[in-house]
Amino acid sequence: MSELSVNHLLGIKYLKESDIQLIFETADHFKEVINRSIKKVPSLRDITIANIFFENSTRTKLSFELAEKRLSADVLNFSASQSSVKKGETLIDTVNNILSMKVDMVVMRHPNPGAGIFLSKHVKASIVNAGDGAHEHPTQALLDSYSIREKLGDVAGKNVVIVGDILHSRVALSNIFALKLQGANVKVCGPKTLIPKYIESLGVQVEMNLRKALEWCDVANMLRIQNERLDISYFPTTREYTQQFGVNKALLDSLAKEIVIMHPGPINRGVEITSDVADSKQSIILNQVENGVAIRMAVIYLLASKIKQ
Amino acid sequence: MGQKVLLSSKEINIILHRLACQLLENHEDFKNTVLIGIQPRGIYVAQRLAKILTEEYKVKHIDLGFLDITFYRDDFRRGDKPLEATKTKINFLVEDKKVVLIDDVLYTGRSINAALTALQSFGRPSEVELLTLIDRRFSRHLPIQPNYRGRQVDAINNEKVKVMWEENDGEDIIYLINR
Repeated sequence: MSELSVNHLLGIKYLKESDIQLIFETADHFKEVINRSIKKVPSLRDITIANIFFENSTRTKLSFELAEKRLSADVLNFSASQSSVKKGETLIDTVNNILSMKVDMVVMRHPNPGAGIFLSKHVKASIVNAGDGAHEHPTQALLDSYSIREKLGDVAGKNVVIVGDILHSRVALSNIFALKLQGANVKVCGPKTLIPKYIESLGVQVEMNLRKALEWCDVANMLRIQNERLDISYFPTTREYTQQFGVNKALLDSLAKEIVIMHPGPINRGVEITSDVADSKQSIILNQVENGVAIRMAVIYLLASKIKQ
Repeated sequence: MGQKVLLSSKEINIILHRLACQLLENHEDFKNTVLIGIQPRGIYVAQRLAKILTEEYKVKHIDLGFLDITFYRDDFRRGDKPLEATKTKINFLVEDKKVVLIDDVLYTGRSINAALTALQSFGRPSEVELLTLIDRRFSRHLPIQPNYRGRQVDAINNEKVKVMWEENDGEDIIYLINR
């Protein structure tokens, strides 16, 4: 078996197509494991992992923690709101203090883009980026592609539209890298103010009309408006956003073919998608959450196998 | 690097029939017994035995499963290469069943140790037996012995037993390779 070409998972940008395939194949095995009545394997019993979250998270943190526990790793949880970071400690100091307690791997979420890359250059541990500002969220993109592969058989050649706040979304950027790497066609759709300039340079197309975008696509990945990151008003009202870029059942049913609806969560029901769309059989939102654990197990297992004793 | 033939296709066939008969002797109709082949190479032995038992000895139904032990092994991060996982396929519960673990070569016993741990994820069997086609004597690291053995061989540490199967490698043959 080949191994990952990287020692850290900092972003999809640094992965090769073969890395993604290896992660998916490994995740297939772990998906079988987590569907057993005893959902645990002893592989990582000698590995300690610290989850360091400088930003709020429910789903990602739980998913990582569960993945680590399913692999029998020892887990340390740390959230910045209750820590010495508040007292003025630097990031490197914080992490080195944790590492001196013999931690092998760090899973980190941080509000600053590039925080994981910075850390990987200064500390001796395997780093997994669980979201760095508006930069990347690689495990989310992996589980999104994995869910598409599971639902449609393959990612290559599929048409995927990402709808919503592309400008502030690390999920969008990681997804674009991942989907392009696997040979999918990608469009982005949203208010002009929330679509970055020069996004076409990543090989994606911009479609301003939601209906046209949905008619073109096989999969629609609906993003949340990241109100906490909106420093100025990017669109007049939430109501107007919903009218132009929200997906409801009537719109979905009027399309010529059945498309797959995805959402990285958390959902603002009634804004980017209505409840009946989120809960419809076309939605694979909860499959994404399940696959998240398998994907994170695969990533952690493959990175841990590169840590030398 | 020299190699010699340890068992020919004909000898393998005779041994498989003998092992099938020994299983029959202890398990009769296989109602409360399951066969589990250890991935990746034990599954061929398990499949052959199940085939012989159903086709030639008219056993009506045999539960046959495949168990992958990769995530249970004790040499994770000790080798140069990451361990490669294969598929686990066990569509039945082993709770209160007699389990026959099946592998091609028994060497250090560490794979079987991992398989016993892995098996616990599928329930509490009433009894576990071990069947191996080739038993490499004097090379065990753990106190594990087979209940059924095809052929016992004395192989030194730099020798390797290679089992080849028609469905996978073109012919049934077992070599002893000197590295």
